[in-house]
Amino acid sequence: MTDTPLTASKPPRFRFDRHASTILLLAAIAIYIVLVVALGQTRFLTLDNLVAILGRSITLGITAIGQTFAILVASIDLSVASVISAAAVVTSVVMNGEPSMMLPAILAVLSLGAVVGLINGLVITKLEVNPLIATLGMSLIIQGVLSYYYNNFAGAVPAEFQVFAYGSVGIVPYSLIFMFALAGLAWFVLRFTRFGSDIYSVGGNQDAARLAGIKTARVVIGAHVICSLCAAIAGIYLASRLRSGAPWIGAEGVYDLESIAVVVIGGTVLAGGRGGIWGTMAGVIIFSLIDSIFNVAGVDAFVKQVLRGIIIIAAVAFYAARSQRPVA
Amino acid sequence: MTEQTAARPEVSRRRLPGVNPVYVLVVALLLAIFIMNPAFGEPTGYMNFLKRVAALAILSGGALYVIVSGGFDLSVGSTMTLTLTVIGSSMLASNDPNSTYWIIPLMLGIGLVVGLINGLVVSYLKVPSLIATLGMMITLNGVAFMWSGGAPRGYLPDTFRFFGRFNISDVPLIGILPVAVICLVVFGTILWWGMHRTNYGRMLHAIGDNPQAARLAGVPVQRVRISAFVVSALTAVLAGVILGGRGGVSVDIGSGYELQAITAAVIGGAQLLGGRGSVPATIAGALALEAIFTLLNLIGLAQPVRLVVQGLILIGAVALATYQRKRAGR
Repeated sequence: MTDTPLTASKPPRFRFDRHASTILLLAAIAIYIVLVVALGQTRFLTLDNLVAILGRSITLGITAIGQTFAILVASIDLSVASVISAAAVVTSVVMNGEPSMMLPAILAVLSLGAVVGLINGLVITKLEVNPLIATLGMSLIIQGVLSYYYNNFAGAVPAEFQVFAYGSVGIVPYSLIFMFALAGLAWFVLRFTRFGSDIYSVGGNQDAARLAGIKTARVVIGAHVICSLCAAIAGIYLASRLRSGAPWIGAEGVYDLESIAVVVIGGTVLAGGRGGIWGTMAGVIIFSLIDSIFNVAGVDAFVKQVLRGIIIIAAVAFYAARSQRPVA
Repeated sequence: MTEQTAARPEVSRRRLPGVNPVYVLVVALLLAIFIMNPAFGEPTGYMNFLKRVAALAILSGGALYVIVSGGFDLSVGSTMTLTLTVIGSSMLASNDPNSTYWIIPLMLGIGLVVGLINGLVVSYLKVPSLIATLGMMITLNGVAFMWSGGAPRGYLPDTFRFFGRFNISDVPLIGILPVAVICLVVFGTILWWGMHRTNYGRMLHAIGDNPQAARLAGVPVQRVRISAFVVSALTAVLAGVILGGRGGVSVDIGSGYELQAITAAVIGGAQLLGGRGSVPATIAGALALEAIFTLLNLIGLAQPVRLVVQGLILIGAVALATYQRKRAGR
């Protein structure tokens, strides 16, 4: 995956790639508006509804921020869905309706996320296991442990904690502000810190980065810790929203595949080293717009799933079809 | 991808053992089962075991084609689900025994289309196979749900169940011989022949090892890659027929099989991202995986533990293979 393409890159096409996520976003907005107007349901064009559309994809958004880090270092994380389930269950079980247990629960979940990310990173860098397999295996392990102990909604989240999902300033929910704050933080880290530039170097060419004196293993591990932490935060949010956690909520949301798809739609290259957070956020918004389009058009839930699968493949193909490198 | 290209100075001269360790593993595991449950040594015991493993073994053999060519096929489980629930059960086979003869070809036709789409998307749209087949997986699961309305209606006729359930009795020496085991031997041999005795098999290895070099050497990379996905999808349908014959049909009958197939191939020593793999070793890997599951059952561990064990095996086997390759200086 890290081999260089034989043909030289062509500058004009590169420009198109850079703006592709914006074009897709505008296209999705246009389709949405046209559809709403055509169906005469202009009540869907209010500011309230816009916020509602954005608010529907907080879990995906937070997960995708982390996934961006993993993909930027030319790795990938397929364990996010299980981490989300585990985090949601741990949150609601530790809190168990007690407001006083809120802080310990959050700390426990965050350390769980950090440990999972650390193990993922160590297995990938030290044991040199293919990241797909390492994180798939991790996903199976987490899912197995989780369903060994729980098979239904367990524990409860106190009312005070549901503020995270349901509270709002004016019409803007806290969670939406939180997601964009997290995205801003991630952007800052990628843009202005040494760790951020190391991530791009390692993702671009791991051997070159190592020869340039970057401790590549640490960068990859760091990216995976961030990825799993974000998934854990997404799980906390989901627990707050659903008022409890169940061991299947992550897998049900297909957050592993969707977060990858969102990152790719946002223009981050799967081979690593190119892309950024705001593209990912654009991808998240595109996905929630697509969802709203389906809802407005009244598409059946199963048909929706079929269309989502096709859209994900088409979106990745949109970027990948022009690439010169062979894929597997 | 993460292989170190720098030549290691102290290349160990230790000869690699002539036997793939997976065969030793299988024998050890089967012995362990036999010790814990002596009834396993009788024909009904081991034949039932082989019958249980047949679907996974055939599926893994087909999945190996994609793995050797350098990709992944995560859509096999949903292909099984789709063809079984929709075609086999709820729509067509409304208990008419004669329908089997055209239903199975129809299912194979659907498998062919699924494999072709996978292959075309990967080859021409350049979508990484993992994403392409994952997308195919959710699409096919959605279609299966859509057509069956959440739960398959009707049931499979006995002629359909013949392949997965029927035992030929009064066979000399072994007593009973399940049809599923015959299928395993026949399809296993065909897959082995295609992979290890034909030019096509060599081309598969070549494109998995180095697609650029293979292309320059005149291998029709795109066509070979597409055909690998077709083989995988077709074996998924065959495995689905056997699986459907064995037990009941539900909308999640095939889920999890895609990972089990990859795990079996990895236990059998197949190299992920292509270039190396053996059909007999993969079938042995499937036997080993099923034997481990059987052992877990005998010990009395619950279903979720299977997932944990499978995850550990998956990571462990790949880590071990990487370590051995590094030590061998390749």
